[in-house]
Amino acid sequence: MTNFTPVASFIGGVLIGLSAAAMLLLNGKIAGISGILAGVLRPVKADTLWRACFLAGLLTGGLMLRAYLPQAFDFGTIRSPGALTVAGLLVGFGTRLGNGCTSGHGICGTARLSGRSIAATATFMVAGAAVVYAVNHLLRGSL
Amino acid sequence: MKALLVSFFSGIVFALGLGISGMTRPIKVIGFLDFTGKWDASLAFVMLGAIAVYSIAYRLVRGRRAPLLGERFLIPERMDIDRNLIAGAAMFGAGWGLAGFCPGPAITSLASGAAPVALFVIAMVAGIYLHGAFTRLAEIRMRPVSAAAQIAADS
Repeated sequence: MTNFTPVASFIGGVLIGLSAAAMLLLNGKIAGISGILAGVLRPVKADTLWRACFLAGLLTGGLMLRAYLPQAFDFGTIRSPGALTVAGLLVGFGTRLGNGCTSGHGICGTARLSGRSIAATATFMVAGAAVVYAVNHLLRGSL
Repeated sequence: MKALLVSFFSGIVFALGLGISGMTRPIKVIGFLDFTGKWDASLAFVMLGAIAVYSIAYRLVRGRRAPLLGERFLIPERMDIDRNLIAGAAMFGAGWGLAGFCPGPAITSLASGAAPVALFVIAMVAGIYLHGAFTRLAEIRMRPVSAAAQIAADS
């Protein structure tokens, strides 16, 4: 096991949980990033501005990380442009077809004990592990 | 206005959480999904922390009629586990494992200015539009069939 960071990861997780909790308690919204993004791409009146504000917050937080925690963007593994393009298409299409991603299903839905979200989370974890196995062990990481 | 500020600050805290936890680093994500290799269990602790906090929040809102700054809760009510859910999650998981990015960390990492992240996000946005186009195409294709069925039913 390399670079095991349980404490930092747990603290980060608590922050993510607090952010999603504020969205729920105060605004009544699920902090599902893929859904928030898709809503901005196909704007609907009175349901777009809050999404845009959340995304602006993500980018602002990103800029803060860049200034104060640059190692957050020490990506380590960057796949080839072709692989990144295929991956992006799969993530965009898949999160719409399956109505959510790691945040909406993995955190919010799982915490609500939604059967749909737990099934989706199990599925994307298995699919992710299968692809990582194929890339890292069958293709020896060259992609 | 207050609700929009909450959205903005929640976005900031969410991004900081992603950055601190390691979710913005594909090497950590891929290490977490590499169960048969040098498994890095760190990201399990992200889910643990986030789910623990969110579970409490969810219990607090159950039974409430409205959120503190809004008129109603927008919480998914569907219960069915259908083919689209599983197929979509499988596609998403494959892309996540391939690149090591999911939507939140990818958008946050745009701030790094790294070109590969921008490429991933552009492809992700294209994937979202592609899904919209496919959905509309499927609706158009369904229409003549249902019209024909209607005529058959009428006669």
